[in-house]
Amino acid sequence: MPGMNRDLHVSDSTVVLAIETSCDETAAAVVMGGTEVLSNVVSSQIDLHAAFGGVVPEIASRAHVELLNPIVARALSEANIDSSRVDAVAATYGPGLIGPLLVGVSAAKALAFAWDVPFIGVNHLEAHLYAGLLDDPSLAMPVVVLLVSGGHTMLIEMRGPGEYRLIGQSIDDAAGEAFDKVARFLGLGYPGGPAIDRLAREGDPTAIDFPRAMLNDGFDFSFSGLKTSVMNHVRKSPSVATADVAASFQAAVVDVLVAKTRRAAEHVGARAMVLGGGVAANSLLRERFAAAGDADGRRALLPTREMCTDNAAMIGSAAWYRLRSDGAMPLDTGAFPNLRLTVTP
Amino acid sequence: MIVLGIETATPRVSVALANHDGVVALIEVDAGRRHAETLVPAIEFACRHADVTLPEIGVVAVDVGPGLFTGMRVGIATAKSLAQALEIPVVPLSSLEVLAHPLRNDERVIVSVIDARKGEIFYGFFRAAGDRVVALAEPRCGTVDELVSDLVGRQQSVVCVGDGARRYREQIVDGYRCDVADAVFPSAASLVAIGDREARIEKWVDADDVAALYLRKPDAEINWSTRESA
Ligand SMILES: [Zn+2]
Repeated sequence: MPGMNRDLHVSDSTVVLAIETSCDETAAAVVMGGTEVLSNVVSSQIDLHAAFGGVVPEIASRAHVELLNPIVARALSEANIDSSRVDAVAATYGPGLIGPLLVGVSAAKALAFAWDVPFIGVNHLEAHLYAGLLDDPSLAMPVVVLLVSGGHTMLIEMRGPGEYRLIGQSIDDAAGEAFDKVARFLGLGYPGGPAIDRLAREGDPTAIDFPRAMLNDGFDFSFSGLKTSVMNHVRKSPSVATADVAASFQAAVVDVLVAKTRRAAEHVGARAMVLGGGVAANSLLRERFAAAGDADGRRALLPTREMCTDNAAMIGSAAWYRLRSDGAMPLDTGAFPNLRLTVTP
Repeated sequence: MIVLGIETATPRVSVALANHDGVVALIEVDAGRRHAETLVPAIEFACRHADVTLPEIGVVAVDVGPGLFTGMRVGIATAKSLAQALEIPVVPLSSLEVLAHPLRNDERVIVSVIDARKGEIFYGFFRAAGDRVVALAEPRCGTVDELVSDLVGRQQSVVCVGDGARRYREQIVDGYRCDVADAVFPSAASLVAIGDREARIEKWVDADDVAALYLRKPDAEINWSTRESA
């Protein structure tokens, strides 16, 4: 039956065409053997959403339909391969925004069906964990991954492909969400992360002593109290320099993220700590993460900003491992906006 | 040459295959919100049982709306990607025309009415012309009251068709005396019939040029312009 070729021999030369449309990036990539990125094309819709101060799902869905096929064509041509070389087609099938996810899943299934190759639905969170492996295919396990984005803040122990344990996560706002909300409150626009990162360089990170919630208490995170105390501080002292607020807020977030990652890495005896997710583009976080690795004599792996933020190369990597362990997925697979990371006990 | 028809603009998923002699496969499923789960397996099933191989498909006819946004996009994304992979063109068709097509022998003005939810409808006016229907006006998104005042203004003999006509039957008939046809959803059988006709004169487009017909701004844009003017 077309698209149901479960007997595909998965090898180092197996080529996956991968699609990512879970939020506001339309992306396609070609990845060979799970770790060799032949092309990686990302088209950001940030400009379309900036006026609204956040991602508007219906606008994102409409843009994905328009942008996706030319981006797939570009990914194939930049990889310098003919479509007949594609051994499998993958797409993010959750978690994410349902409208955008359905565009990518529908397109990927149609391509897989037309080329008579397997389809693989990929968990977006799992894919983020592979950014480290894309950076260094011989990465020694176990590693602790700090996954920080607008939707998630998680500490995950990765013991190998498909073997994950959740060590801790945010009990309220995601770190990226806190950046966006504080940026909006400070009138810095959207997206909030880069805006705060930029302004913080001109501010004093020690100017205001914002709370570091649960700093020495377990592996979970909480950022909603920090957001509230930023707002209270600015309301009480309206003349405060916005750059100082941005720098102090950012320092508080980064302190907690780095401290917990170090402890988690120590706790599980990790060979390395790896950074992933959109917030991993934050320059202070990258700097402090690297410094923590040096101080602890533990490898700190910082994939490039392109690999940390949403992209399809990580989808293609995760898909290769999934295809090898579980085979193809059926063509009646849908999208799952609340899909969770499957953890092993 | 085989025409593949993909119809997902309403709660019904409909897939058809046709050659120049007519329909060779037709699958219709009440999919609810499961368009993405249903569509590709339905195409696969239709091809397998009608003994059609993918290279025989010469063109994809797809309903580009107006209709349910999420459903439409599943059909459009699938049609574009199939066309891209098989290197064939696409015939994009309006849901309202597809809905009116089975009434092409009717003398009356055909009004296609699709439920747009949120108290609104998508509607369009058509008239039979030979083996086809031709649009008499630009398609619109509006309220049932607006449709009724359009009907009153025209004073023509009318037959309404579609899930919007069915849902608002009383309100429409109370406002303007007309018939409501039995058909409720656009069918891929009509889509491939029109698609075959258009394909014969090469009235098709590249996959990249297929655009959805929304007739309604995204929610956030509406809120934004309201805020701007307030
Ligand atoms: Zn992500």
